[in-house]
Amino acid sequence: MERIPILRMGDLLLVTIQVDMHDRLAMTLQDDLTERIVRDSAKGVLIDISALDLVDSFIGRMISNTAAMARVLDAQTVVVGMQPAVAITLVELGLTLHGVKTALNVEKGMALLGKNLTR
Amino acid sequence: MNAATAVEFDTELLELNARLRTDRLTLPLRGDDDVVGLRKHVRERAVAIGLSLVDQTKLVTAASELGRNTIKYGGGGACHVDKLADGFRNGIGLLFIDNGPGIPDLDLALRDGYTTGGGLGLGLSGSKRLVDEFEIDTRVGEGTAVAVVKWKR
Repeated sequence: MERIPILRMGDLLLVTIQVDMHDRLAMTLQDDLTERIVRDSAKGVLIDISALDLVDSFIGRMISNTAAMARVLDAQTVVVGMQPAVAITLVELGLTLHGVKTALNVEKGMALLGKNLTR
Repeated sequence: MNAATAVEFDTELLELNARLRTDRLTLPLRGDDDVVGLRKHVRERAVAIGLSLVDQTKLVTAASELGRNTIKYGGGGACHVDKLADGFRNGIGLLFIDNGPGIPDLDLALRDGYTTGGGLGLGLSGSKRLVDEFEIDTRVGEGTAVAVVKWKR
């Protein structure tokens, strides 16, 4: 089965979405991530969506749900690298990714997670 | 494909579409993977007529939402991806057709946050905001047609 790889770095999990996601793949990623948070005792999840040229309501919901599940499992989620055109479309569509932390790039996202984690 | 055109839908936008259409590509919508294929084709067409990156993204996102609706609520169907030209400007028309149960209360279905499928309820209402023209013809027990247009600015 097709899967998006999840990399572990210390107590962080890193995901780079580089394929055009169909709905099943998005759901699989959500399940895999929550499972890995527990298995790896991860404290932070960084999702890089810089290669995504579209975030529709399904992918948006997956991101929001993942962040909410991570929070319940004592991990923080940061979404990084959203393209400007995607951001404009997302807001006009009516999605606000409520409760999801964002950063402009991976470096800033890591800093955000690091800062929050060593607090 | 024949099954998806059995209902005679009739809206102003469909007439407009028929008059201004210079090219048509029809894609079946049966499952998840078809939505990915649709997004790819719509993106290619949008690039070909020179839509800006933001407008491409809006149109492709609307296609993704409406294509998913066709599969999830309409039980599958098809999408016609049309190139439109009215002499002054070019545009892309998308026409989604299914032979599903139809939408009993359209006003309600067009409201932000209303859903019968456990989603966010942004598919129809959100898509409407992402395109320049938007029309729905739905018949309970027969099916639904959704026509949208994005013009090159």
